Amino acid sequence: MATTVQTGSAVHQAERYDNSRVSEALYRLLLYGAVILGGIVFAIPFYWMMRTSVMPTTQVYLFPPEWWPERFEWHHFKTPFAVFPFAKFFLNSTFIAAGSAIGAALSSSVVGFSFARLRFPLRDIMFVVVLATMILPEHVRLVPTYLLFVELDWIGTYRPLIIPNWFAPAFYVFLMRQFFMTIPRELDDSAMIDGCNPIGLFWRIHLPLSLPALGVVLIFMVTAQWNDFLYPLIYIQGVPNYTVALGLRLFEGHMTNNMQALMAASILGVLPTIILFFFAQRHFVQGIVVSGVKG
Amino acid sequence: MASISETQTQKGLASLFGRGGKPMKPSTREAWYGYLLASPWIIGFVVFTVGPMLASLVIGMYRTDFLTETTFVGFRWYQNVLSDSLVRKALINTAIFSFTVVPINTALALLIAVMLNQGIRLQSFWRTVYYLPSVVSGVAVSLLWKWLYQPDIGLLNSILGPMLRPFDIDPPRWIFSTEWALPSLIIMAFWGAGGAMLIYLAGLRGIPTSLYEAAEIDGASSFRRFFAVTLPLLTPTIFFNVVLNIIGSWQVFTQAMVMTRGGPNNATLTMVLHIYNTGFQNFYFGYASAQAWFLFVIVLIFVILALRSASSWVHYERV
Repeated sequence: MATTVQTGSAVHQAERYDNSRVSEALYRLLLYGAVILGGIVFAIPFYWMMRTSVMPTTQVYLFPPEWWPERFEWHHFKTPFAVFPFAKFFLNSTFIAAGSAIGAALSSSVVGFSFARLRFPLRDIMFVVVLATMILPEHVRLVPTYLLFVELDWIGTYRPLIIPNWFAPAFYVFLMRQFFMTIPRELDDSAMIDGCNPIGLFWRIHLPLSLPALGVVLIFMVTAQWNDFLYPLIYIQGVPNYTVALGLRLFEGHMTNNMQALMAASILGVLPTIILFFFAQRHFVQGIVVSGVKG
Repeated sequence: MASISETQTQKGLASLFGRGGKPMKPSTREAWYGYLLASPWIIGFVVFTVGPMLASLVIGMYRTDFLTETTFVGFRWYQNVLSDSLVRKALINTAIFSFTVVPINTALALLIAVMLNQGIRLQSFWRTVYYLPSVVSGVAVSLLWKWLYQPDIGLLNSILGPMLRPFDIDPPRWIFSTEWALPSLIIMAFWGAGGAMLIYLAGLRGIPTSLYEAAEIDGASSFRRFFAVTLPLLTPTIFFNVVLNIIGSWQVFTQAMVMTRGGPNNATLTMVLHIYNTGFQNFYFGYASAQAWFLFVIVLIFVILALRSASSWVHYERV
């Protein structure tokens, strides 16, 4: 009796095992199908952008659209530079992005260090305020800061786009502070015994150790500034001073019948952030983890 | 209170700073350094945040173009905001955008993250594929989507058209039709779900496998494992992202400005676009300020509601 029951359950189990193997295989199949299909959907816009940029004019406007260029025309990538000073636009964007990023990295690391390591009255309240400003919609200060920059006579310069970032943007302060909190305190003590003051401690110990986090701030800020549209739209005057974003929009107005050149210009416009991403992928991921998960 | 701060000071670095000359009281010395190093943020906070916010309230009481005219109008603009049909249109559009994009993007990002976390081959490749669209944004992407949405020769309708033809339905005219223009901007926003996906993926990796093993021994199915183990442990991350997404989605501007300029027939007029138009196109800076405060209060209400709701669904247990 006992034996039969055992055998029965063993058979049953084997059956179940077989079943689960089949359903497991089916599950993997569905999973890979979904990942691949989703991946194609996410990648197609990029493909369409590239395919358009090299197509001959006679083919681009065909109906129904064709997927593969009958021949590759690379000259569309020259058009933006021939019509507008796009090289200058790239320089301008680079200048704004670099100027903002360096200032943001330095200031937020100093402030982040202060919040992470030094004790002073109101510090914790101030840090709560930092967190609160992170969730502040920034457009509530759009008009008054514009007035401020009018009064300072900064309109038409890059200063309104760069200088505010030198005053420790809240998000980066938060990021740097979280990073500094992970540096062991024993390092501080040994530096202190060598006679460092807090500035020396920051400069000699914490700053060199925080290069990865600084990299994150630089990457985020460069990307944000490169993609920004509203602030350059408000503050920049004169076509030669345009950023890439403004230049693209200007270019669109002149290229309504030249989709290849417009897509070529758009590719060039997003290329720097994509290159930056591939070079700094590890930092990118790490920064997102530090800021997102530990938040 | 005093005794607490004293013990803190002793534990801190301060005791070691007082060297040379007539030593300053260590705690004071450390505090001075603290304020000195925090000063970039303090100055920036006063000059670029608190000051402007208060100034914005005051500017909202004037009829001014900052050049020729400055007339005090009291609370007239603030009253106007509530009855202005364009503001209402912008508010409704932005609310629809926010309330569809935030939940759907969150679900989509979670779904992709969970799929990629099943020990899939070439995981980092797929991660890049899904993440890359969220790296690029701004004008170039808006121009690209404007092209994809082209009703006759765009990518979307070249796929949809043949699919809908048997049913005798014409594909939508996307950004050129009043009904589909706002949904177009919403669908386009799904393309950027990869940003949150990356965060969730990192969060999933942080969940200890021992918890899954325990659940498996208890005979929990994979569905149950997801809803009983994975999701609760991920809620703090989800919450943080949802709050940031709410704020971001209420500030949608570039797509609406570049692709449709708010049209057709104000179908894609968003709050920030309307503020921009009022201030920087029509030069009613006072009214723009009042609208900005209105937007600020609305976003604040939704953020507070989200924070309030946190205790009922965000799982704050240390792993």
